[in-house]
Amino acid sequence: MAEAEENIRFHGLFHIEGGDFTNAGAISSRVKKILKEAGLPGKIILRTSIAAFEAEMNVISYANQGNLSLFITPRFLKVVVKDEGIGIPDVDLAMSEGYSTANEKIRELGFGAGMGLSNIKKNTDEMILTSESGRGTHLEFIIYLDEQTKE
Amino acid sequence: MKLREIQEILSAEVLTEGADLDKQIKYAFAADLLSDVLALARGTGVQTLLITGIVHPQVIHASNIFDLGAIIFVRGKRPVEATLQSAIENQIPLLVTPYIMYEACGRLYQHGIKPSIAKVKNG
Repeated sequence: MAEAEENIRFHGLFHIEGGDFTNAGAISSRVKKILKEAGLPGKIILRTSIAAFEAEMNVISYANQGNLSLFITPRFLKVVVKDEGIGIPDVDLAMSEGYSTANEKIRELGFGAGMGLSNIKKNTDEMILTSESGRGTHLEFIIYLDEQTKE
Repeated sequence: MKLREIQEILSAEVLTEGADLDKQIKYAFAADLLSDVLALARGTGVQTLLITGIVHPQVIHASNIFDLGAIIFVRGKRPVEATLQSAIENQIPLLVTPYIMYEACGRLYQHGIKPSIAKVKNG
């Protein structure tokens, strides 16, 4: 793991409850606050918070439960979101814009347009998504703090 | 323009007591899909007004991510209590207008409020 070689400035673990739409966005709001307090640049904070919001929504919408880990190192931010739930049968298909399996409840709340995963990819420098159908999903993304270190 | 001018143009009611109505608003984004807000509403932050029919608390969290300046609910839709509380905590002014979204947007556009994003790249 990359962060093992790095000096971790911060690590936080947050629980996300599946189906808890009322609190949707609460974890990403906390992530944003932590990044602000860490004094990171506005653009980095925005990109990370958007990606975290989308990831949080996915857990709430499709999983039984999950958690979000935030790592801050001097060189990058890393977010790991693991959930237990139905998983994604076809990751490539899920990554395509507009593809959605959202139900009415999710759509009523203004989500489920099938833009979430591609929006995460758009806002991050590296993204890994793996899923085991019927078990759950594992998502990791990295945002580099310095454009120069981008590989 | 000031938020209070927007309030007048849209015959709106301010829902969050003590909200800063002198706040400057230059841009707006209108959507009933938070997915679209998350994908598109960016870059203009505190001077941006969100025009929406979404009254659930998630709208506040989404607005918080972008540091949006204010939210106006169209079609006379009133937020649930949790939304109102969250807006007060996050100091995001909430307004409600009887106008439908199209009319609300049209009136603001006529008064010089610019779109926060005019069109998408691959539309």
